[in-house]
Amino acid sequence: MTDRVATTLGLYPLPDWAKDELSSLKGHQKADLVDGSEGPEVRAAYERVREELIDDQRTAGLDRIVEGQGRWDDWLAHPLAVHDSVETGGIVRYYDNNNFYRDPRVVDELTADGDVAAELDAATGLLNDDESLQAVLPGPYTLAELATDEYYGDDAEFLAAIAEFLAGEVEALPPHETLFLLDPSLVTNPPADGENERVSEAVDTVAAATDADVVLQSYWGAHEEKTYAHLMDADVDAFGFDFVAGDRDAHLYNVTEYGTKDAISLGLVDGQNTAVEAADTVAERIDWVTEQIPSQTFDTVYATPNTELAYLPVSTYREKLSALADAVELAAETEVSA
Amino acid sequence: MARDADNREQFRPDDHDNEHFLLTSVVGSYPKPTWLNRADDLVDDPDASFDADDLEEAHDDACRLITEEHERTGLDTVVDGEMRRNEMVEFFAERIDGYEFNGPVKVWGHNYFHKPSVVEEVSYDEPWLVDEFEFTNAVAERPVKVPITGPYTLANWAFDEHYGDSEALAYDLADLVNEEIEKLVEAGARYIQIDEPALATTPDDHAIVGSCLERIVDGVPDEVRVGVHVCYGDYSRIYPELNEFPVDEVDLELCNDDYQQIETLADGEFAPDLALGVVDVHDAEVESVEEIKQNIEQGLKVVPPEQLTVSPDCGLKLLPRDAAYQKTENLVTAAREVEAELDAGEIEVPARDAVTADD
Repeated sequence: MTDRVATTLGLYPLPDWAKDELSSLKGHQKADLVDGSEGPEVRAAYERVREELIDDQRTAGLDRIVEGQGRWDDWLAHPLAVHDSVETGGIVRYYDNNNFYRDPRVVDELTADGDVAAELDAATGLLNDDESLQAVLPGPYTLAELATDEYYGDDAEFLAAIAEFLAGEVEALPPHETLFLLDPSLVTNPPADGENERVSEAVDTVAAATDADVVLQSYWGAHEEKTYAHLMDADVDAFGFDFVAGDRDAHLYNVTEYGTKDAISLGLVDGQNTAVEAADTVAERIDWVTEQIPSQTFDTVYATPNTELAYLPVSTYREKLSALADAVELAAETEVSA
Repeated sequence: MARDADNREQFRPDDHDNEHFLLTSVVGSYPKPTWLNRADDLVDDPDASFDADDLEEAHDDACRLITEEHERTGLDTVVDGEMRRNEMVEFFAERIDGYEFNGPVKVWGHNYFHKPSVVEEVSYDEPWLVDEFEFTNAVAERPVKVPITGPYTLANWAFDEHYGDSEALAYDLADLVNEEIEKLVEAGARYIQIDEPALATTPDDHAIVGSCLERIVDGVPDEVRVGVHVCYGDYSRIYPELNEFPVDEVDLELCNDDYQQIETLADGEFAPDLALGVVDVHDAEVESVEEIKQNIEQGLKVVPPEQLTVSPDCGLKLLPRDAAYQKTENLVTAAREVEAELDAGEIEVPARDAVTADD
């Protein structure tokens, strides 16, 4: 029987009180963003943010709890933006969005940092015994693409160094049920032909650092055939597909042609639109996708938004969490009654 | 194709000393006086006796103050610094039927805006800017420029819950902008600037912006100058396509990266007038007159002086007010000095040579 799991890709919007409070405490300029050396007042504010973001997921009834990444001022570039071997440069556009992050310029050797582990340690302390933690990190290719290399001087070496760095972060994490690696660059700016194998190996490096289930999720498009074929060699438990902004037919083609893992993650709720999907619509989408892949029975189907959720106002983000949780309940009921 | 931009002469001041005339202008926003920010907060405070009428008076005072501040810099065309506007999308979405608000969203760091949602077909209700224009026009002695957020940006920097097709939404909004311009022109406006920062995000949509502009200028008389401002981006992705935009002037942010992109535009074929950013709006350090003169000369690689407008890179609102003022004043001084040097034949105009060489 398929286990249906309602979860998210993390990177939540800050509660509105925190937007105001942290604006006042930190300021609005690029030098004011999180650099890993926040003072006690800022740290305390983020602790309250974390509690609230976890509580939002508990209230909605999600099956995995993420930390929420309220501190990630630089979106998926955060793990580098706070690193000692990185200098943050100018403000650059975050994909094709009206959002920006500081260009992380890697100027020295990347070593294990532990910034994300500290967040997840704190999150673990807030969870009940029956709640499962999910870690969220950028995939190695995306993190390399978001950064500027001023130290390694070679693309392959840089990607490998990023993968080792992420593996070090993962090793330091507290126990977690699932690790989502977010890798939108794999589809927005696909690896060149000769690069695909290296990318797959880089994913392996990170995935090997945990015993948890690893989901490699891409969004804003569909994988090129070659990229997908190589990724199938990576030892992850599931691929995540964007069924909102990505090309459904291309996803289904790849899955049919090359197969997929025993689990699958489906981005079904629009993380970039305030129109809130009805739970039964999301449940139907889960069924629809799995019906399109008759050749395979999945151990686990993760139902997620297609992107991070920090694009949304708080009220809408909360409604989307509920839609996902309710949809998975509905899908489970349908299966039982059938 | 570009409109016949033969309408810039109307902005030449009567007492203009030089034969050459580099139209000086601004993009629009300007730092708000600190007391105006306090007034904006105070009106939301239920314990304060400050009400909506008081706020309107505060806005009037600020518009008068900043319009006059612009005139003191010597600019040929002025604005009120957008004192009445909160944010460039929010302000218009509040005035257009079909939008609703659900709360602030992040742009970067702790910079947020109330990104609206389009929940039904957009439609025109009351005029958006006519009161603002009439007030500023009454205060100003120089011609007043009216910046309007463009339909492509109003469509793309909102959540679209209704259309499911941002292009269709943009075209509907373009028709509303056209309606607004008609009313502004009736009220006496002669210089309109359409702001399309979203095109910098998705430059491949230049054709959609072009089609929006066709709708916007439909029926607008030739003597009304219409420009479009596109914030910093990879301009090679919208040039030469922007030559097809039906506008008099295209305003670009080129100072920001020290004119690295100027050669892209300097092929001798640039069709509309170029409004060239000559001061950086992200750096509070004030450029010297000499430095700005060199920046203006970068523009002469693209267009001859009779097609060159001089302006800051973008809105000035994020700068300290004294820096905003000084940059603007230096911009005007530099333009006047370049004009005099052009009169004296002391400056070369590479754009003219580029055309001649091709011909």
